[in-house]
Amino acid sequence: MAAGTHYLSGLTATNGPAVQTSDDAEGFYVLGDKLVDEKTPTGPIAERWTTRKFENRLVNPANRRKLSVIIVGTGLAGGAAAATLGEAGYNVKSFCYQDSPRRAHSIAAQGGINASKNYKEDGDSVYRLFYDTVKGGDYRSRESNVYRLAEVSANIIDQCVAQGVPFAREYGGLLDNRSFGGVQVSRTFYARGQTGQQLLLGAYQAMERQVAAGTVEQFTRHEMLDVIIADGRARGIIARDMVTGEIETHLADAVVLATGGYGNVYFLSTNAMGSNVTAAWRAHRKGAYMANPAYTQIHPTCIPVTGAHQSKLTLMSESLRNDGRVWVPKNAADCEKDPREIPEADRDYFLERIYPSFGNLVPRDIASRAAKYMCDEGRGVGPQIEETGPDGEKRLVRRGVYLDLTDAIRRMGREKVEEKYDNLLDMYERITGENPYELPMRIYPAVHYVMGGLWVDYELQTNVTGLFCAGEANFSDHGANRLGASALMQGLSDGYFVLPNTIRDYLADGPFPVIDETHPAVVEAQQAVQERINRFMTINGRRSVDSFHKQLGQIMWEYCGMERTKEGLIKAIGLIRDLKKEFWSNVKVLGSADSLNQDLEKAGRVADFIELGELMCIDALNRRESCGGHFRAESQTEDGEALRHDEEFAYVAAWEWGGDDGAPVLHKEDLIYTAIEMKQRSYK
Amino acid sequence: MKLTLKIWRQANASAAGAMHTYELDGVSTDMSFLEMLDLLNEQLVTSGEEPVAFDSDCREGICGMCSLMINGQAHGPEVTTTCQLHMRSFNDGDVITIEPWRASSFPVVKDLVVDRSAFDRIIQNGGYISANTGAAPEANSVPAPRDKAMRAFNVATCIGCGACVAACPNGSASLFLGAKITHLGELPQGQPERYSRVASMVAQHDHEGFGGCTNIGECAAACPKEIPLDVISQLNKDLRSAIKQGY
Repeated sequence: MAAGTHYLSGLTATNGPAVQTSDDAEGFYVLGDKLVDEKTPTGPIAERWTTRKFENRLVNPANRRKLSVIIVGTGLAGGAAAATLGEAGYNVKSFCYQDSPRRAHSIAAQGGINASKNYKEDGDSVYRLFYDTVKGGDYRSRESNVYRLAEVSANIIDQCVAQGVPFAREYGGLLDNRSFGGVQVSRTFYARGQTGQQLLLGAYQAMERQVAAGTVEQFTRHEMLDVIIADGRARGIIARDMVTGEIETHLADAVVLATGGYGNVYFLSTNAMGSNVTAAWRAHRKGAYMANPAYTQIHPTCIPVTGAHQSKLTLMSESLRNDGRVWVPKNAADCEKDPREIPEADRDYFLERIYPSFGNLVPRDIASRAAKYMCDEGRGVGPQIEETGPDGEKRLVRRGVYLDLTDAIRRMGREKVEEKYDNLLDMYERITGENPYELPMRIYPAVHYVMGGLWVDYELQTNVTGLFCAGEANFSDHGANRLGASALMQGLSDGYFVLPNTIRDYLADGPFPVIDETHPAVVEAQQAVQERINRFMTINGRRSVDSFHKQLGQIMWEYCGMERTKEGLIKAIGLIRDLKKEFWSNVKVLGSADSLNQDLEKAGRVADFIELGELMCIDALNRRESCGGHFRAESQTEDGEALRHDEEFAYVAAWEWGGDDGAPVLHKEDLIYTAIEMKQRSYK
Repeated sequence: MKLTLKIWRQANASAAGAMHTYELDGVSTDMSFLEMLDLLNEQLVTSGEEPVAFDSDCREGICGMCSLMINGQAHGPEVTTTCQLHMRSFNDGDVITIEPWRASSFPVVKDLVVDRSAFDRIIQNGGYISANTGAAPEANSVPAPRDKAMRAFNVATCIGCGACVAACPNGSASLFLGAKITHLGELPQGQPERYSRVASMVAQHDHEGFGGCTNIGECAAACPKEIPLDVISQLNKDLRSAIKQGY
């Protein structure tokens, strides 16, 4: 028990380090040294964060204005961090690819944000939120990080209320809560179905206030294309002004990536059209480790695909599972019938049947797989969609299950249902043309969130000195599966409370020696970015960028989606390598590089998605266990439930870039628990 | 469906623009309006013509990035955003005119893309509650009456898309402004800065070249989030109080 035990200081570990005996990804990777988070805190879990905040060095207010931080991304993590560091008096440069920071995709989060306020006196506590989050993440997250997240959750609500976030309230004017998937207490704060929007606008307004105060400089329609690592430290970024095409260099004492998740590697996801992995991937290629890239969250309640024209998928908040009942017909012959004509006895409320204690509120990964199996069995509903199976054969399948609000409307009345879910149900009707008050809604799982991301230590610093990563972009505190209403919590926790308290310890050593654009590291990065753009513009192939993206998405969804197999993943790696070759010889980008060129922007993103997709498959191939959102068909119980192998895989898989022609290098960070014991999850 | 599209094309902010006509076949009624434009762009790329630039991001009606005047209406014929408008609202054989937002305060960047940074600058001038991170009191220590909190929420749903400005004959952003004034002004936390806020936001609005409200009501009719016209009454009321107080 060498690695991972140094921080126990008298505490007892409940597990030992993992020893992997299988090697499914043999030949696709190189095994590197074990990775130890040198910043892991010590002592009793409830005191770790407080102690760290005290031990981390301070920066004198007069010195803060001499220190600069670049923050890429303006979602909950990036926006909150920019506002907070600006308020503290640092010089912040904030970047986003959208036309305003307020558009960041955190805005689309619907359901809510968890906090251990225990306002319902239903037995909630910091420890319970910690426990639920570690368990929900299938014991693949760091206990110290998760405890800290649970601890600051209450501060987040205080902060947001003070900013004027209009959370739902009771008649007495106090805050209301609801319950969410995977837990049995009501700890979710919400603003109808638009919680993400309201929280993001709070962070955005706080950040704009700092723009006016002169501490934050805002760069919109700018895309980061490389990170500058000079003399061993991240010192800046290369960004493209998306309007003029100009390649700009921005230098600072530290760089924070808060650039969101990479779900768009699947082409179809609930992410925004512009959500991408480029900032993180460019950092990865310069040495930052990418951790657990295969951990993908497939959200159970999205509006099903209607055809090949589909450009994105839309989530229906899983809060609907509080009141809606999920079912499919018992008999495949009924699948084409009007659902209202199918009698109760012929309906299979499969989540309630298989998981009687959690019913429709089982965690997302479980609900998603169950829906997939129902459709695989031929009991799906809605239009038949053509798809290519793992065998390469085309087939027609109905990909949808019912989410039925009839009982809720009967129980609470239509008015109450409207008040709770109105905007969601409107959106459903607009997209599908069907009225959810009359017909049961049709839903199907879709890629929604990634738990993987850049590896960071307890202080949110990547293995590249001076390069920090926050929010969904880091490999995060959600382990292998994120619970509902926990993404907003993590984004704001990182942005408002964690990063500002950890980055100051790093900045206390600054300001670092001044560098300028003649520094070899800057020149190298500028040239690399310019050459890559030139290459896109001169390939002059025959296929559109989107067509490559769609093809990549199909490969990823089929072989690295809800269920993964060794055979399928090996096949996918081959397909992706072929696709990469074709992309670089046959992609077509029109227009010029010195003006707004949306195809050029997309080309860069898709090129990075292709490389990421390969790494995701290798990571999924290596992890021959089922945990959270990662389900390997080879690792399941007799009744088809996910089966973890803690003795082999209780580790964080941190991948080092192996070069364009080399294999990625795997560094394992052991997950050792002292405050909680690992158990197989059961929601039955 | 088969459609004829008349689309504004403009190379950059300083170039002269013009309407171009495109024929598009194979449009499905299940497509969103922007997926229809994706199809057009795929066709343009294949034929070697530069695709039409337009803004969109979340494509679920919440980020406010998409825009477009469709047959002269901001976000088209339904009360929703362009990304949530579906082709079942159109008929086979239709001729559809697509233009960028019309407002001098939103200059064209390229084709259908406009610059709405004026909205950020309005927010910078008071569109917030000053509460530094860490300074917040316990959330339930300040109850907010439910009806006021509901009204605050209802207008806080503004997505900052700019349809109100594009629809207004006078290019006024009063609805956008009124929504934020009402959101923050209805909450107890927003009271200390209530009047300084309205004064400085209105000053910035005027400075950006947006017109004054002329009581036409097109803004509320075009708003995809159905922000009601009475936020402009609230704006005027609060502004009057602010002036009386010497702001």
